[in-house]
Amino acid sequence: MWEAIAANRRRSQLLIGLMGVILLTLGACIGMYAGTGIAGGPEYASSEAVLIGGGIGAAIALVIWLALWLTAVFQGDRILLRSAGAREMRDWDDRRLWNIVDEMTIASGLEHKPRVFLIENSDPNAFAVGRKPENAAVAVTSGLLRLLDRDELQGVVAHEIAHIRNLDIRFMTMASVLVAGVELISRGFLRGLAHSGGGGRRTGKSSKGGGLPLLIIVVVIAILSPIAVRLLYLACSRWRGYLADASAARFTRYPDGLASALEKMAVEAQGLGSEKAAGALAPLYIINPLQSMALSGLFSTHPPTENRVSILRSMGGRAGYVDYEAALKKVEGHKLRLSALEAAAREDESVEARGPSAEPKRKEKAIDRARKVNDLLDRFANYLILPCVCGIRIKVPPDLNRNEITCSRCDRVHPIPQAEKTAEPNGSVAEAASENDTLKYERRKEGWEGFRCACGQTIQLGPDFPLDYTVCVKCNRRIELKAGQQGTPEPVGQL
Amino acid sequence: MIMIATLVFGGVLLLFVIWFVAMYNGLVTLRNIVKNAWAQIDVQLKRRHDLIPNLVETVKGYASHEKQTLENVTKARAAAVSAEGVGAQSQAEQMLSGALGRLMLVVEEYPDLKANQNFLALQEELTSTENKIGFARQAYNDSVTQYNIKIQSVPTNIVAGMFNFTEEDLFEVQDEAVREVPKVSFS
Repeated sequence: MWEAIAANRRRSQLLIGLMGVILLTLGACIGMYAGTGIAGGPEYASSEAVLIGGGIGAAIALVIWLALWLTAVFQGDRILLRSAGAREMRDWDDRRLWNIVDEMTIASGLEHKPRVFLIENSDPNAFAVGRKPENAAVAVTSGLLRLLDRDELQGVVAHEIAHIRNLDIRFMTMASVLVAGVELISRGFLRGLAHSGGGGRRTGKSSKGGGLPLLIIVVVIAILSPIAVRLLYLACSRWRGYLADASAARFTRYPDGLASALEKMAVEAQGLGSEKAAGALAPLYIINPLQSMALSGLFSTHPPTENRVSILRSMGGRAGYVDYEAALKKVEGHKLRLSALEAAAREDESVEARGPSAEPKRKEKAIDRARKVNDLLDRFANYLILPCVCGIRIKVPPDLNRNEITCSRCDRVHPIPQAEKTAEPNGSVAEAASENDTLKYERRKEGWEGFRCACGQTIQLGPDFPLDYTVCVKCNRRIELKAGQQGTPEPVGQL
Repeated sequence: MIMIATLVFGGVLLLFVIWFVAMYNGLVTLRNIVKNAWAQIDVQLKRRHDLIPNLVETVKGYASHEKQTLENVTKARAAAVSAEGVGAQSQAEQMLSGALGRLMLVVEEYPDLKANQNFLALQEELTSTENKIGFARQAYNDSVTQYNIKIQSVPTNIVAGMFNFTEEDLFEVQDEAVREVPKVSFS
């Protein structure tokens, strides 16, 4: 187990070194090009000018790398957690999660329990941050807690803790900094080149840049190097995903837990939506929030979920690294050569998996589930659903041409929610609605809700609808959304 | 010439010493991991002992006429806490597990109790503590295996022999049924 961590570290250092070489090469090439340009073209440039230019370019690349790296080291965790909207949890927030993190800390042999963060988001997902196991953190969305039972949650937490213990976070921080650095330099150079007209009027006086052959080489390098580092990055973040899955199975002794969690999460994941799932965050999540199933190939940060599930499912009642590797070979058709998983499997023996835990399954009542499905179907049919304070839910058909509706049980009269016209600067609200004006709508609650556009089209908003406006599908009017009172879904009407 | 030979010899010696120190340190690290893992098991067993009085209090409020069962649990706990030596503790923990199991069977008859928030919280704590005992045992065995392999294999066995690193025993549940996790079913 400890050998595997060491193997993981060695491979990481190799990859980091390789990416660093690419970064410096890129810097040096650009520097050489600039050096000849400043010297007034290739026919005037002495070899010293080229060398000095190359040196300066490499130095600048190094400085950019260091600056990014220092930011990542000293600010990385906080930036990541804040941009995901995470808040640190206390032990009384969710005992089950708290205990599971405790359990996995023990099972993994970590000396320090990672801090635990909650993200208010219905999308089920989780990630881990922290360069050192001593100050690492695990973040979990509220959607995940709602979706998974104890065994499944344990699998997911084990996967994240495995990332911490295998020192994946440190590597991924370093690697993503390098990716960012290379992309920054390459993009900056290409953009500058485009602006100066293909290397033409670089300094204003000299008409030639660094000469065409050199220019072509530099441009090719500038285009290829971001792709190269990205591929390197993705390739190893993929086997890291496998290794973390294997470790999770080993820690929990229950591969089916993680497998079933992954299945559920893949079904439920609708993408974290909005800017919250920034590209840089994606590899950290247990399920890639940006990934569509079809696009899972070379460019996916974690291995395809279907593969991960079928590997975990075909471990045949065993839970060791050896067993995971055998299952992986069966599913993918080949071993993962030179990966840390191989090293882990070599020194591990097959261990037996346990059965599901005795926790009572929190079963949803059949009637509640049926009601949920019905509501969803009605929403697709553009019904408005208004929960009345007397307890029943009024379903307003889309072709009902009225502004209010009477509750059939308690006779309360409810207005049908409708987007309103924003007041024009001149105050002429009564003016007939034109095609391109803006409407506004104040949200009633956080959950599902529907309202009507001025054109009569029903618009449904899901929980966690991230934007502050929406566009009517029928009349294309922009509708500004204002957040209503926060908190629990509020039934309409007054008691 | 002699100078160079001495330098080379000194260099080789230095490398050897560094290598030796690294092996020794590696063994110490592993031994500490093993120790920590062992301590974890005791921590969790103690935690289970601490949870039981709360559990008994909560159940008492709803199922007061199960006095005998509750008393058995309390007694078994007291015995487990005061037990000394592996054999005695093993027996005491087993008794405690049995008593807890019976209590949980009785509890099935009280739907009010099963809806009690306090009880549900205790149930989560107990489940988790059992898991932790299991995982601690697992982590301990894993680290002991690693440690023993290191001690037995060349060249670390030389260092281990010189500094008296001895093999640790695996935590077999059969041998030390003491630390057996009670099968408490809540379903």
